[in-house]
Formats: sequence, structure tokens, C-alpha cells
Amino acid sequence: MSDKKSKNNSRREFLKIGSLFGVGVAAAGAAAYSGFASQDGHGTSGETILSESEQKIKVLTEDGTLAEIKASELTPIKKDEYTDALQSQGREGIAGKHWAMVIDLSRCRNVRACMASCQNAHHLRDEQHHINVLRMQDDRNTEPYFMPKPCFHCDNPPCTKVCPVDATFKRQDGIVLIDNERCIGCRFCIAACPYSARVFNWFEPKDAEKDEELLYNVELNVPQKKGTVSKCLFSADRLREGKLPYCVSACPNGVYYFGDLNEDAVTNGTSGETVRFSELIRQNAGYTLMPELGTKPNVYYLPPKNRMFPFEFKGKTTLDDEHHG
Amino acid sequence: MSESLSKEEAKILVDKYAEDAIRPMKNHKGFILWMGFLGLVLVIFAYAYFLQLRDGLSVTAMRDYVSWGLYIANFVFFVAASLVGMLISAVLGLLNQKWVKPITRVSEIIALGFVLIAGLVIITDMGRPDRFLNLFLHGRLQSPIVWDVTVIITYTAISTLLFLLPLIPDLAFIKRRMKDMPKWQYHIYNVLSLGWMGTAEQYKLLHKSIRMLSIIIVPVALSIHTVTSWLFASTLRSGWDTTIFGPYFVAGAFVAGAAAVIILMFILRSNYKLEDYFTDHHFDMMGRLLVLVSLLYAYFNINEFLVPAYKMRSGEAVHLYTLFQGAYAGLFWSVQIIGMGLPIIFMMFKEWRKPANLTFIAIIVLIAAFIKRIIIVVPTLLHPYLPIQNVPEKFHQYFPTWIEMAVTAGAFAMALIIITILLKVFPVIPMWELAEEKGITEEFEKQE
Ligand code: SF4
Repeated sequence: MSDKKSKNNSRREFLKIGSLFGVGVAAAGAAAYSGFASQDGHGTSGETILSESEQKIKVLTEDGTLAEIKASELTPIKKDEYTDALQSQGREGIAGKHWAMVIDLSRCRNVRACMASCQNAHHLRDEQHHINVLRMQDDRNTEPYFMPKPCFHCDNPPCTKVCPVDATFKRQDGIVLIDNERCIGCRFCIAACPYSARVFNWFEPKDAEKDEELLYNVELNVPQKKGTVSKCLFSADRLREGKLPYCVSACPNGVYYFGDLNEDAVTNGTSGETVRFSELIRQNAGYTLMPELGTKPNVYYLPPKNRMFPFEFKGKTTLDDEHHG
Repeated sequence: MSESLSKEEAKILVDKYAEDAIRPMKNHKGFILWMGFLGLVLVIFAYAYFLQLRDGLSVTAMRDYVSWGLYIANFVFFVAASLVGMLISAVLGLLNQKWVKPITRVSEIIALGFVLIAGLVIITDMGRPDRFLNLFLHGRLQSPIVWDVTVIITYTAISTLLFLLPLIPDLAFIKRRMKDMPKWQYHIYNVLSLGWMGTAEQYKLLHKSIRMLSIIIVPVALSIHTVTSWLFASTLRSGWDTTIFGPYFVAGAFVAGAAAVIILMFILRSNYKLEDYFTDHHFDMMGRLLVLVSLLYAYFNINEFLVPAYKMRSGEAVHLYTLFQGAYAGLFWSVQIIGMGLPIIFMMFKEWRKPANLTFIAIIVLIAAFIKRIIIVVPTLLHPYLPIQNVPEKFHQYFPTWIEMAVTAGAFAMALIIITILLKVFPVIPMWELAEEKGITEEFEKQE
């Protein structure tokens, strides 16, 4: 009952809490803040700017005016309240959006900048991949190619169906998330996902100690928690800030397009160019992976037509055993 | 039949029942040793599980691809073994198979021991056992796990009733009979016999309620194992994505359960001189039953493996190669041939349905049944649709760690402790039912 009520108020409440929170954390030492806003040189979130010399802080208020406030007068929002707000906005999603990704396989050269920036953003161990660049070979007589594989955020997701506690769920904007404060670690969703998109925190997560003080953001799934599941989130935290996902902006080769199907527009993460989704798919014979499974993915592929020939891949497809337990 | 027994004979028979039923409940050295051994296993279990709680599931051999392993296989096995209570006491009982009477209680005890621990086994597999209550706080009715939890709790409740109700007249009888028992035991009997007086009216009610429970338990039992099979069948993975998993699992469960009953019958018979109750005829009949359910199981196996092997669709083909000639071929063929094919053939000969021989076969069948559960769980996970890459070599294999084995052994120890205690506290011979069959109910109720 009380759950329902808080949901109704959550949007408005969040706006209030959200703006103040940026300040609260900044004043408290910018730990959490830098954790997700300045990952790869994209600077501050734009909502708040910490001005150290004057000990005054600029705050974006509820009605949209930029104001200043003395740092000493700040009172941080209570942790619980803020996590609740984060949770409910995380579960709702961004209204009116239907996020989708297009991956142009003809451009992928296995640089793996996407994997690195993703693991970095989500505090993942070496062997944990939200996005994994696979070396594929469809048939013995066809050339291999590289295929980045995130979570497909299916419209008929097999994983959320089986979750016994509603810890993994699909939001209105199409994103499938995991609430690692609720997950009981049964791993049914891992078994159910035909694309092996999910990873588990078998060990104490990589940054467990460092992240201890961080508030849990369900849209970033940080801090990771031992005994729970994690997976690609389409960088829901970045989308909320109006930015492209970590992997999309990290790729140097223009492999990724990301955007909103309702607007029929996707933006290339490297060139910044925005194109019509439908046209891109039509002109390049875009497809989804294993459509026969009926999962209705929201990740589309453009065929791997410019395959390297002869296929050059000196690397390994396994990690060394040493530090992965 | 009642005319054939004189008063004297009836009295002697009732005395004999009492003596035979009470004998296994007396303390003896073997019991202490046995419980000591199980206790030791529990201590090892406790240490292993403590490590797992401290360090998380990283102490297991499970990783992101083989994310279910020994624990889930063990869970399936426990649920399977508990199904036999329903098969023997309900199905055969309803079919009016008189010979099962002395075996019903044995099978109910096995059912209870395993089903009570099945719930715990599933907790050992959880990454966050501390959040167990989320299942009730946030339970989603759409998830097969929630169905499983629901039906297992229901089955446990009905099985308990189906165990306790038929005990009532016997407990009342022993209460009168066993003068030297400790106070707590007397209290238990007193409460559980529910003021039984042995009137005709009470007998009628008792029969009626047992019959009702026997009917109710059939669909519930079928559903516990069917739903358990859906944990696999509801996914899109090759090897699990099949429509016959429900009946396939149920048939397999009957095999495992019947084997377990045979083994326990043999132990009781040879330890407590109960040859008059678990007779050669009973073993013979149980042997036939085991052949019957094994044939049924074989039939499902043929469907489960032959049909996809005929087509060799890509995903299924990889899976079948692993089983037929790959990493799991050794286990697979041993289980299918030594654990199913050969026993069926051997048990067709009367010689092999003799108590000792049949027990030997039952042990093999039971071990095979356990391994079969691993074969059902693990190989499928080793072959997802997309290649396993950019992870350590270890992620490509699965062999349980000692901690997983110790935790599994602990679960068995717990089930065996429950079974042993039930056998110690309650008479394993359904005396009143035997008396009824002989037409000496009156004698049975009157005797002091
Ligand atoms: S592992 Fe967690 S998210 Fe996945 S099904 Fe179980 S409870 Fe849900």
C-alpha cells in the first residue's frame, strides 16, 4: 500500500531531491559524483558546479532557476529517502521513450573500447561482461567476424518472466534492469537468458570496499553486490542525463548507434550523426539475433559485410586463469 | 477371514505385531553409531556452509555459464525421492493393492524426510539466502520458482497428514501397551492419537479421511515434480526446451523413489527381524513395480533423446554430441545402461527380485538417478547459443568443489536423520491395518 503511494509522488519528489542531492554529495567529497559523471572525460553533469574558492555552490532548483547557496548551509538528504527516489525512478523509466541500439558489424575491429569503458563504469571484474565482443563464425565455410553482444533488452524478455521476486524487470522505456537490493541470487534469469547476457557476482565485487559508501543506483547497478546478478543496462543513468551509453560513446570505429524508436532516430556514438532508424535498417539489411526465439530484441545488427580477409585475430578468446578465482 | 482366527490366535497375533513394531523403536548401539556418523557429516556440512556464507557462491565451481550445478541437481533429486510417498500410499492404495499395506509407512517416511529437506537444499543454492523472505514479500506469481515453493509446502503439509492420520490407532495402541516409555514419548502419542477410542464410527472417519487425502495428494505430488521440471523446460535452452519434461521427471522420480523404498525395506528387515512384514513377496512385488516404472522412464528417455537426435538441429546437436560422445558420454551411458537398461533386464528374472539382489540393484538405480540429475542440469548450460568467450578457461567446465559436495552430503544427512528419528519414534508397521485385514480389529483395540 505505502509502496503505491510513494510511487505516485515519486516524480515530483525526485525532482526536488534529485537537484539537492547533487549538491549533498558534492559537498560530501564528490566521491559518488565522480563515480558516474566523469567516467570518460565527459565532465560534470551540468546540474551543479562545485565552486571551492567561494565555498558557494550552484544549485538547480525545482522550478529550473540556477541559484547559489553556501556550502556550509547545505543539509544532505537522508540516504534512505534518496535511495527510494532512485529506486522508483529507476523502475519507472523515462516516459515516452523506446530505446534501441544498432550495431554495425561491418565496422567492428575488436578494439574493445566499449568493453573497457563499460566494465569501468559498472565496476566489473575482468571476466564480467555487460557487453562482450565475440568472435563469431556462422558456418565452417564462412569468414569469422566480431560481434559485440550487450543485453538485448527484449520486448518479450525470458529473464524477467522467471524472476521470483520481481528483482529484474522491464520498464516503460524498454530497458530491462536488475534491482540488486532485492535479487535473491537464484540465477533463474541467467538460465533463462538465451544470449548469456547476464553475469553473477560470485565473488565480492571488484570495488566493494571503495563503493561501500555509495548510494545504490539501480540505473547504474553500482555498487555491485555479492550474490546478485548484473548485466547491461543500456546505461540508463546516462540516458537520464541525455547522454549516449558508455560503450556507444567509447567506440572509435562508429560501430554503435543508439536512440529512440518512437522518434525513429538513432545517433552514432563516434560521429555524433543522427539518422533515421528505419532507413538505416532498411538500407543495410538490419536484423535481430535469433528472431526464431521470439524474444523481440531491441538491439539490431547490420550485417558484417566488410569482413577482414584473411581474418586476422592473434588474440585469445579466453582470459588467463590467474586472478579470476 | 475373521472366522478363521480364534480368540487365542488373534491375541497371539496382536502380541506379535506389538512386539515387532516396538522392537525397532528401542535404543541400541547401532542407532547411536549411525546418528553419530550423520552428526559428523553435519559438522562438516556446517563448516562448508559457513565458508559459503562467508565467501559467497565463489566457493562453488559454478560460474556465469554453468550457473546451476550440484545443488540444483540435488534439489531435483530430493523432490524426486519424495514423490514415492504418493505413488505407493496413494496410487497403489487407491488401486486396492493389498500388498502395499506394510510398505506405506516406509514410503511416507522417505517422502517426508526428503521433501522437508528439499526446501533447505534450494536455500543452499541461493546467492542471497539472507533475502529468502523476499520470496514471500515480493513473490511474483508468474515465476515457476514461486509455484514450486507453493506446491512443495502444500505437498509437505498433505504428506505430513497422510503420515500422521494412519498412525492414530497405532499410537493409541502403543500408548496402552508400552509402559516403560519416557514421558515425552507418551505425550507425543497422547497428543497425536487425538483421543482415539477405536469405535466403529472413528474407523469410518479415519478411512474416509485417508482416502480423501490419498486422492488430494496425487495432483499435488504430480505438480511438485512437474513444476520442478519447468524450472528447466520454461527456458529456451537446447536440452531443456522440451515439452515432455514434466512426465519425464515424474517417471524418473518414481524410479528413484521405488529404489529408495526397497533399500529402506531391506535395512529394516535385516536389522529388526521384520521378515514377516517385508516378505520376499513384497520384494518381488517392489521389483516388478521398479521394472514397470523403469520401463516407463525408458520410454520417456527414448522420446527425449531419440527424436532430437534424429533431427540434429544445431543447438540440440551440440548438446547431444556432448552426451553421446563428448565430455559427458561416460556418465551418460553408464547411467542409461547400468542404471536403467540392465536393471530392467535383470529384474525381469525372479532370482533378481529376491531381497538382497533387488536391494543391490536398487542401490545402483538410486546412484544412477542422482547422476542423471547432474546430466540434466549441467551439460545444457555448457552449451549456450552464443560462444563462451573472454572468460577464464574454468568457465568452460564444471566439477563440484569439496564444499558443494559437503553441503550436498549434509542435506542427505539431514534427510536421513529425519527418517531415522521418525523410525525411532513411530512404529513402522501399520498394525491396525494388518489387524483389519485379518479381521481382528476388535482384538487389536481391546488389548491392554
Ligand atoms: S537471480 Fe535475481 S534477478 Fe535473477 S531471477 Fe533470481 S532473483 Fe531475479
